[in-house]
Amino acid sequence: MSRNKQEEDPRINGIKTKIRVVPDFPKKGIMFQDITTVLLDPKAFKDTIDLFVERYRDKNISVVAGIEARGFLFGPPIALAIGAKFVPLRKPKKLPGETIFEEYELEYGNDRLEMHVGAVEAGDRALVVDDLIATGGTLCAAINLLERVGAEVVECACVIELPELKGRQRLKGKPLCMLVEYR
Amino acid sequence: MFAVENGLQGDPRLQAISDAIRVIPHFPKTGIMFQDITTLLLDPVAFKHVVDIFVDRYKHMNISLVAGVEARGFIFGPPIALAIGAKFVPLRKPGKLPGRVISEEYELEYGNDRLEMSVEAVKSHERALVIDDLVATGGTLSASINLLERAGAEVVECACVVGLPKFKGHCKLKGKPLYVLVEPSQLDEVTF
Repeated sequence: MSRNKQEEDPRINGIKTKIRVVPDFPKKGIMFQDITTVLLDPKAFKDTIDLFVERYRDKNISVVAGIEARGFLFGPPIALAIGAKFVPLRKPKKLPGETIFEEYELEYGNDRLEMHVGAVEAGDRALVVDDLIATGGTLCAAINLLERVGAEVVECACVIELPELKGRQRLKGKPLCMLVEYR
Repeated sequence: MFAVENGLQGDPRLQAISDAIRVIPHFPKTGIMFQDITTLLLDPVAFKHVVDIFVDRYKHMNISLVAGVEARGFIFGPPIALAIGAKFVPLRKPGKLPGRVISEEYELEYGNDRLEMSVEAVKSHERALVIDDLVATGGTLSASINLLERAGAEVVECACVVGLPKFKGHCKLKGKPLYVLVEPSQLDEVTF
């Protein structure tokens, strides 16, 4: 999954062509990266999962954490394929048991990400999954939650990166793996 | 219809699935014994059993579309869709899906909610499966069936991991069969 075009896996272009860009959603000026069109193509969806599974299957990952809600689309298939647990990181008040939370900034105001207490243990090797990285705020909150309970975050994995928003620099030094860039 | 009524009686996977579900009393409000499937997701073997049982059932039914209800349907639907070579269509809360959508209202205990689906996701006459983690009143599943039928799909079945006992036998939702793996877990089972 190198950015060097010569080495790019041929499956990546197939995935990229399936991503639908929707202008002015959810508000004017935003070019929304819609991955639901990737899910409509069984081959493109499978290729997306396979690319991540191939990368992580021998890295001893014990937990895949997926960010609500689109991280739930990609995280579980990866977790199942590599034999890891899946942990949903959710908006406030959705998880029924005892939780810990981490706040992060939105454009206006803050939001929170929650994780169940006990789901992740000290020493777990974690992968964080979301469909897209923009500013990196949500991924940073996810990394914080996992580190607070003693897990080691090995990498963050996203289908799409918006590199101009420099989210990669907000990952507390953790590496990012992405498939498709949108500039 | 429950899995035990349809060939899986005595299958140890069903007990493993049931044991892995945690009960949280009085969530989201007093009196509700919430079936927490997040503990099932922490058990890779039990999670895989869920997917395997659904895949075995649906792989030869010519299903071209798996629709999953936000958000827990997003966890179970995609692995099934990937394994049977079907597309996955997310059914979402209002305002989340970009592009042209159709929406269906359904009743909550107090008030209503709405479920949306992208109009371009469905082709006419597609054979569809609807997935959610749990069925209680059937309101969300019924709304899902309506959305898919309005777009021209044929809903073959609805499938859930957990279902209330009233769905035993040949109980149908809007004329569609329902397939459930386990009944709700009880509080005295130890999980986590």
